[in-house]
Amino acid sequence: MASPLLEVRGLRVEFPTRRGTLVAVDGVSFAIAPGEILGVVGESGAGKSLTGMAIIGLLEPPGRIAAGEIRLEGERIDDLPHDRMRRVRGRRIGAIFQDPLTSLNPLYTIGRQLTETILTHLDVGRDEAHARALRLLAEVGIPAPEARIGHYPHQFSGGMRQRVVIALALCAEPRLVIADEPTTALDVSIQAQIIALLRRLARERGTAVMLITHDMGVIAETADRVAVMYAGRLAEIGPVRGVLQAPRHPYTEGLMGSIPKLAAGAAARATALVQIEGAMPRLNAIPAGCAFNPRCPKRFERCLAERPEPVPVGEALVACWLYGAR
Amino acid sequence: MAPASAAPTAVPSGKAAPSGSTAPSGSTAPLLRLTDVGRDFDVSRPWLNRVLEGAPRALLRAVDGVSFGVRTGETLALVGESGCGKSTVARLIVGLHALSRGRIEFDGVDLAAPGVDVPRLRRRMQMIFQDPYASLNPRWHVRDIVAEPIRALGLARSPAEERERVGELLRQVRLAPEDGEKYPHEFSGGQRQRISIARALSGNPEFLVCDEPTSALDVSVQAQILNLMGELQQRLGLTYLFISHNLAVVSHVADRVGVMYLGRVVELADSARLFAVPRHPYTRMLMDAVPDLEMSGRPRTPVAGEVPNPLAPPAGCAFHPRCPHANDRCRAERPQLVVRDGGAVACHAVAEGRLGG
Repeated sequence: MASPLLEVRGLRVEFPTRRGTLVAVDGVSFAIAPGEILGVVGESGAGKSLTGMAIIGLLEPPGRIAAGEIRLEGERIDDLPHDRMRRVRGRRIGAIFQDPLTSLNPLYTIGRQLTETILTHLDVGRDEAHARALRLLAEVGIPAPEARIGHYPHQFSGGMRQRVVIALALCAEPRLVIADEPTTALDVSIQAQIIALLRRLARERGTAVMLITHDMGVIAETADRVAVMYAGRLAEIGPVRGVLQAPRHPYTEGLMGSIPKLAAGAAARATALVQIEGAMPRLNAIPAGCAFNPRCPKRFERCLAERPEPVPVGEALVACWLYGAR
Repeated sequence: MAPASAAPTAVPSGKAAPSGSTAPSGSTAPLLRLTDVGRDFDVSRPWLNRVLEGAPRALLRAVDGVSFGVRTGETLALVGESGCGKSTVARLIVGLHALSRGRIEFDGVDLAAPGVDVPRLRRRMQMIFQDPYASLNPRWHVRDIVAEPIRALGLARSPAEERERVGELLRQVRLAPEDGEKYPHEFSGGQRQRISIARALSGNPEFLVCDEPTSALDVSVQAQILNLMGELQQRLGLTYLFISHNLAVVSHVADRVGVMYLGRVVELADSARLFAVPRHPYTRMLMDAVPDLEMSGRPRTPVAGEVPNPLAPPAGCAFHPRCPHANDRCRAERPQLVVRDGGAVACHAVAEGRLGG
């Protein structure tokens, strides 16, 4: 891989509580290259959103980064003071969240929100900022941007609003975009359009994208590589085709089997979906050894006692004792 | 295009089959039948604004001219994007909304006919809601939540019998009878949905209306709930109306599928048939929008446009602004659901044979 744009090493996010410290993200390492889309997938509580929040420096107290480091273009950003991090965020990292309504200010026109963001981060004049805003709106597929730039967020439909949010995230031409469930609130037909848009932006602008989602379908359509998270840890990471078609970690395997596939005929009806028994452990009750062991059909003694670290299996890294000979 | 099956030739323009025609080639009488059902919502500005600003009354046709039957023991699924009216149909059936037009018959009895003991009929149907966090009272013990229909309907003769029954229901949904002593917050989302199912089953219903029952759940948990629902259906002979936006889920659970768009059913067919040979352009578009998990690279046409404003739906076929096959007739004349080849489609292009199928 080319030299990574983003490098996360041994990230650990903790929440101190009265009843002890909860570890929400535990020893997560990965990297994203320029122009690459890394999908981060997992069920609710897997720690995928917190990983994203830690990278953009928006962890809500008392949550904090307890260990590890985050490097953007080689420079450490996890220990930056608040005001310097503010400049990194927005300028070099853009963020797209699930609900486009909460990312936009309902009291300002979208044109004002776009131009202000551009003026804050880039050294350009007002006219140039306005022109850029128009170009961005056209680029994300908003029809008639000249007419729409003076509109307020409520005048846009859900899909169009999410396009505006994407335009806003791209204002300062960031090198990295963190997209947290960007399509979850949208209908399938709109979802497909937003996915196509994200892919095009990564390709044409060379922007690295960290795409956080619970939806394997979105990952299959969008990502180059995928990281599967479970109970705050990385279960498996590798090229998307390999992980989806030949998952190595028993959790990934179960997850893939449990997703209903679009299939015709009685055959689909007759076959029960693969189920993973039980549910993901709560943060205060993560089992010893491999966090997945109570639900794992392939567990053996070692899994109960020792925690597996990711080891190379083919093109992927897999944290499972099935592959960890030593 | 879809492989053209036999004889798309006939049905000249304007000669559509009567609307309100229901399912393909059903032999048994349906347990539930909707005939030309409609529901409007008044979304006008407040009275004062209307007087001062001269704003007109605004009526939203959430559901319009919907007809279908659900046969005993089958699962009929309604799919569509948000705002298509599928949840409104569910609520009309269980009586959470009143009908604006049309007729709903349950077991052959018109629910609106005078002298009908509606509560008596309605207790034979129950509903499962999408959000298991909102649909369970947080202050009640699980055993009280599950027992409520038993008490309301007077199904148990003694507290001991009630306790017995609640324990049995909890076991049926793979919870322990002791879980009845807990509160909803002590359970995960999937377990809560099991509690909802136990509650729905406690009144011994024959018919369950399931409104997006797994949409709020993680996939591995969704699989548990879908498998459980399938098992219960077999064991108890239940009939399901399954509302979902997820075509892949629907292809797994449904015997027949109705596709809705902007308040109307645009295609209704056996599940096997619909997913093998989707005929309405909207059904095709929906299927093309489903992410390709196998990464097989199956050819797909990109999806265009968005659902129009339901307050000002397009004239003619509501789908025509997004439809690649629309012509002048589609822009002017609303297509009716036409029954043919074991399915029903509301599309001029299909009826005229301009489209395969």
